[in-house]
Amino acid sequence: MSALGYYPGCSQSGTAAEYDISTRACLKALGVAMADVPDWTCCGSTPAHTVDHFLAGALAARNLIQAETAGFSRVTTPCPSCLAALKTANHRLADAADPGYRAEVERLLGRAAPGPLEAVSTLQVLYEQVGPQGVKAHVARPLSGLRVACYYGCIMNRPPGLMAFDDPENPVAMDELLTACGAEVVDFPFKTECCGAAFGMPRLDVMRRLSARIIEMAVSVGADCIAVACPLCQMNLDLRRGQVNAAAHTDSRLPVPYFTQLMALALGLPDKDIRLDKLVLPFGPALAAADEREKAREAERAAKAQAKTAAKPSDKETQPCA
Amino acid sequence: MPIPMRTSLQNLDLEAGRDLSFINAVAKESGQDLKSCYQCGNCTAGCAYTHDYDIPVHQVMRLVQLGRKDEVLSCRSIWLCATCQACTTRCPNNIEVATVMDVLRHMARAEGRAPERLVKTFADSFLSSVARHGRVFEAGLAMVFAIISGKPLQDAGLGPAMLSRGKLAFWPHEPTGNGKREVAEIFRRFHEGRPTSTAAATPAPSTQPTEENAK
Repeated sequence: MSALGYYPGCSQSGTAAEYDISTRACLKALGVAMADVPDWTCCGSTPAHTVDHFLAGALAARNLIQAETAGFSRVTTPCPSCLAALKTANHRLADAADPGYRAEVERLLGRAAPGPLEAVSTLQVLYEQVGPQGVKAHVARPLSGLRVACYYGCIMNRPPGLMAFDDPENPVAMDELLTACGAEVVDFPFKTECCGAAFGMPRLDVMRRLSARIIEMAVSVGADCIAVACPLCQMNLDLRRGQVNAAAHTDSRLPVPYFTQLMALALGLPDKDIRLDKLVLPFGPALAAADEREKAREAERAAKAQAKTAAKPSDKETQPCA
Repeated sequence: MPIPMRTSLQNLDLEAGRDLSFINAVAKESGQDLKSCYQCGNCTAGCAYTHDYDIPVHQVMRLVQLGRKDEVLSCRSIWLCATCQACTTRCPNNIEVATVMDVLRHMARAEGRAPERLVKTFADSFLSSVARHGRVFEAGLAMVFAIISGKPLQDAGLGPAMLSRGKLAFWPHEPTGNGKREVAEIFRRFHEGRPTSTAAATPAPSTQPTEENAK
């Protein structure tokens, strides 16, 4: 499977470095072979398609050309926004009924557009190529007692016709992978609600309101942390938590790790491959809560067993009287 | 701060403001069958941003059907749509509503309309960064935006947390090969403009309106 190209995306070499690091580490530990798309450039992300669909197509297609030239038959990216850009370009270039799109994208590229090249999320690769059972077999340090709210973000699975993976309203891939890691995945109704996306800078008020709802829901369902799959969601829920708390009059400290960091933790990988220290809100309290929960359960189990053995002789004693 | 919703639909003169070429242009640019929208309101029901919209998305769709170009292209909603795709996902008639919103934004841009100035500025600043470096330079973008937006202190408080966690790169991570130059070329050709009339950056084509689209 050396034909899998890896497209990190801009955020993953900056504010979301820990997503990139932990993703690479998980793929390696789970035996998924991949190599970087050489000389990759920005996919255009949301700003490009809000300005012009052809510009967005050309920026994404340049990376598809890079992947194709390097001999990859598939390309994977951890970032949902990059994924949507790559998938959209690929999808529209393949549409024989829309030759105008290809022509204009090729004019912007200054060369022929790439052939069809499948783009998939790294979540999908982990789910389909390794799978929950495969992950389970590699778990060295189960996330026992850790209650996780799996937050997929708005575009990982939407629109379903384009993204073509998992359920658009109730995705489960991350839930199953983290369950395989020993975590207790909680029912989380806001799996695909929007966090405020890129409005953090231009309309902070809008972003704060939307992120506050997601955090509030995760708190109310008793999660120890919110696992995410998108660098923008992570930034809004973690780095901007102070701004969200100030506006919502809350004091939530619920940590927001990437799901790949939780997986790397369960796989027993070294700290340098997990980089929980890069999270703004410390992850320690979540692990402490999980440990405490496990200890309490163990104590409860021990007490029950003791009560059972203690109760047995008294049962015999009372039998003749019955 | 929520913006009071307009109640323009109550006072519409259906004939007066109908721009047939606008209806056709939106249909053509988006590739969507606009007349199949029967106003169920599912898009608005699932829209995370409707709280901040001046016209809810199902009404934007209706105004497009009615050819009310001026009202549509001057509204804030088309700038506050984050393309979260809830509307497209839930449309019972398979209309890519988010794509329609995208196309309306392109048209508003082409006419120099942007009531949500900072949203437009953010997209422009982002793409300038990409055009210059081949990849987006996050710290540079944040600083440029802070200055242009006139809100230099809004995110200043985030600096220390980012610095201490090594998340604030002072230099852009540029591509190592031809990538930077090739991306700059894409932007140069984009700004040169399209030779055809399909350009969203140029005014919408005044194709002969068909009754079918106008219905």
